[in-house]
Amino acid sequence: MKRIGVFVCHCGTNIAATVDVVKVVEAAKLEPGVVHAAEYPYLCSEAGQNMIIKAVDEFGLTGVVVSACSPRMHETTFRKAAAKAGLNPFMVEISNIREQCSWIHKDSKDGTEKSIILTRAAIAKVHLNEPLHPGESKVTKRALVIGGGIAGIQTALDIAEAGFPVDIVESTPSIGGKMAQLDKTFPTLDCSACILTPKMVDAAAHENITLHTYSEIEKVEGFVGDFTITIRKKARYVDMKNCTGCGLCYEKCPVKKAPSEFEQGLIKRTAIYTPFAQAVPNVPVIDKTQCIKLKTGKCGLCEKVCTPKAIVFDQQDELITEKYGAVIIATGYDQISLEKFGEYSYNSPDVITGLEFERLTNAAGPTGGDLIRLSDKKKPRSVTFIQCIGSRDTSKRGKPYCSKICCMYTAKHAMLIRDKYPQIEVNVFYIDVRTPGKNFDEFYRRSAEEYGVNYIKGQVGKIIDQGEFLTLQSVDMLGGKRMDLQTDLVVLATAIEPVKSVRIIASMLTASIDTNNFMTEAHPKLKPVESPTAGVFLSGVCQGPKDIPETVAQAGATAAKVIGLLVKDKLMTNPCTAESNEKFCNGCSACTKVCPYGAIAYDDGIVHVNKALCQGCGACAVTCPSGAMDLQGFSNRQLMAEVDAICR
Amino acid sequence: MVFSYYPGCTLSTQAKEMDVHARKCAEVLGFTLEEIDDWQCCGAVYPMGSDEVASKLSAIRALHQAKEKGQDLVTLCAACYHVLKRINEDMKNKEMQKTVHTYDNSLDYHGETKVIHFMEVLQKHVGFDKLKEKTVNPLKGRKIGAYYGCMLLRPSSILAFDDPENPQIFETFLKALGAEAVEFPRRNECCGGYISLKQKEKSREMANEIVENAVRNGAETLITACPLCLYNVAKAEGSSIYYFTKLLAEALGVKE
Repeated sequence: MKRIGVFVCHCGTNIAATVDVVKVVEAAKLEPGVVHAAEYPYLCSEAGQNMIIKAVDEFGLTGVVVSACSPRMHETTFRKAAAKAGLNPFMVEISNIREQCSWIHKDSKDGTEKSIILTRAAIAKVHLNEPLHPGESKVTKRALVIGGGIAGIQTALDIAEAGFPVDIVESTPSIGGKMAQLDKTFPTLDCSACILTPKMVDAAAHENITLHTYSEIEKVEGFVGDFTITIRKKARYVDMKNCTGCGLCYEKCPVKKAPSEFEQGLIKRTAIYTPFAQAVPNVPVIDKTQCIKLKTGKCGLCEKVCTPKAIVFDQQDELITEKYGAVIIATGYDQISLEKFGEYSYNSPDVITGLEFERLTNAAGPTGGDLIRLSDKKKPRSVTFIQCIGSRDTSKRGKPYCSKICCMYTAKHAMLIRDKYPQIEVNVFYIDVRTPGKNFDEFYRRSAEEYGVNYIKGQVGKIIDQGEFLTLQSVDMLGGKRMDLQTDLVVLATAIEPVKSVRIIASMLTASIDTNNFMTEAHPKLKPVESPTAGVFLSGVCQGPKDIPETVAQAGATAAKVIGLLVKDKLMTNPCTAESNEKFCNGCSACTKVCPYGAIAYDDGIVHVNKALCQGCGACAVTCPSGAMDLQGFSNRQLMAEVDAICR
Repeated sequence: MVFSYYPGCTLSTQAKEMDVHARKCAEVLGFTLEEIDDWQCCGAVYPMGSDEVASKLSAIRALHQAKEKGQDLVTLCAACYHVLKRINEDMKNKEMQKTVHTYDNSLDYHGETKVIHFMEVLQKHVGFDKLKEKTVNPLKGRKIGAYYGCMLLRPSSILAFDDPENPQIFETFLKALGAEAVEFPRRNECCGGYISLKQKEKSREMANEIVENAVRNGAETLITACPLCLYNVAKAEGSSIYYFTKLLAEALGVKE
């Protein structure tokens, strides 16, 4: 019989307010094998852990039950404490009496009763626990960054600087992401391209960084330290090695009708194109949906003018496979579709989004930075910004969250207009102006106080395009009046959302995603850059709305965590893996079919589990009809003992 | 296809032509409108007061009758549609059912009837493709704006007629008849409703804005499903507005 110690935590009032911990201790003392039981306000504290260590020695404990918070929180803490006391760490069982017990029960009687039952189940299990010993697995010292915006670039640069090779996979023809499209950046108004392009060039030139632009993730296998990932390099129809980036091809291309993605569709581009002048790599791609040669076999003008013979019309997609120790998701965002927001008349050329305004005010943009109405090319007499379009929107068509960047970029836009064209009147409709951040509120106040931007608290119900101008049916809440405001140009601060493809990438990596398609972090406070899936890390807006300073800070934090993983030569593997008992195995091979990790081999009538691949999910154990497959640490006997104890 | 039919008062008086055209078109399109017996005025929008019960009874009787016949209840007037559909929703509430019983315990009704607009019959039961086939006089070259008003669209969670900000059903209908559908931002704005009885100037102003906006966007004519909208908008300067049924009858060749 084991000698078991039971320790019940108050967790301050988190547990003790709805659970009578003394009663739980008293009940535990009556269980078979329990030679010691005690309670303590904070078991996770040093004093609490020492109490457990001392008790192991004093009472000769061979098993420990901790009734406290979720094992996700402190299982490791208590296992380490047990190890310090000389116990095998897997002789510790956690009974979670907080998250699924004290937090959800209001009645102390119910909470106490449930805590007693859960503790009893853990005691029953620990009776059958056996010492387990973790194995080791190798770490491939190479990282993969998915997404080549500022988040991905910064993470890659930091990892590369630490001496590890990094690959960046970017779906568009150039790295740079959204930041490359921006004009100025808040709160310093420095030029976005001027601070981004050196980083783009650094990334391309770094000996440890390999760029895969115009590429996508095709397949993911493996696990932390040992991912095998297939990348599809989409056919560019241009030879990267031969191309000199002279640009003659797109000057000659007769197709001039494709909407330019980089210019937000404000102007057209050619079929062969580089998205923007500072693109990295500076190698064009051919849009096969637009190219006459690829569609009909005629034309081929670009091929004729290309002296280095870089045009390759029969180029095919290429698949490359590489091993990685860590994967970083840095896929970024898009503005939401305004299809369901008919009242804002987005179909009018004089109603544009924030990102479109960035291009319109950018010296490298479609108008050379000249602010005009797109309908009649006239200079607007007034420009009106509307905040929170689809953000903080609890109806189904919008997003419930704050997009976080809009208040500040709107203040920036407003200031840029007033600075360049003092005669243009600028209005901003807002719900609240949210400016937490270093020098942010000062920036916003400057736009209102020094630049004379009219901030109007209220929302716009409808925009009516009157041709010469737009009428905004709106309300001034502070003035307490409804008004019809006439303006010449409207900019909608459109909500942002994670790019659509992040769902596919997340599911390939088995990384979790929240209801708004943002990647879920392993812990919202304590593990903000790690995904709950080991070896998968998060960088930038894919995890939640962020501005550039925050994105760069997070990208660095992510890199630090990745470096922390890559410097290790070996990883300790989870010893809770599946094991097949040959005597019971009837050779049906059902387990091989349910294993998501391909860890079970079937050989001549019996199965064999590859411990390095097994992740301990337990799918095989529940599938096995003869009970031959068992999960160590969660054996059928242990689970049944828990159920029996609960039902007793 | 047989539907219970609730014409409503206006279609029996001021807007008689809407009723006549609807019946003729239904015949051509292969569905039957069976007028329910002894229907009474739905009360227009007055029963919408949240503490009203007595004035809702006539609508409940109509809904109940359709339920007894096991038919969907079709109506054309935007106000009737609005009132019937919302009261139908109210009747899913147990408290409301109890209160209604204290007035008339024969009304064993819990919101079972499906209230559908004539336009929805064209969309969902006939199909706009089939409507296009049946069109004998396509309205070619006619630039027509659909004026929705507010009663068909809001509150959208209950009415669920179309997207309240960017409705398309009337436009699709117009295209099926061969016309050019002109969308204009004020097509779902309020015409002022009963304000025209007390503040004629205000009402005229609102109607003028709607018509001016439609004309600016290229509409030559407006269509509506709402008698009150027609009454108000017709008074605007340069207004030309008809019930949608008139154009439908014209296109199907059944207009006398």
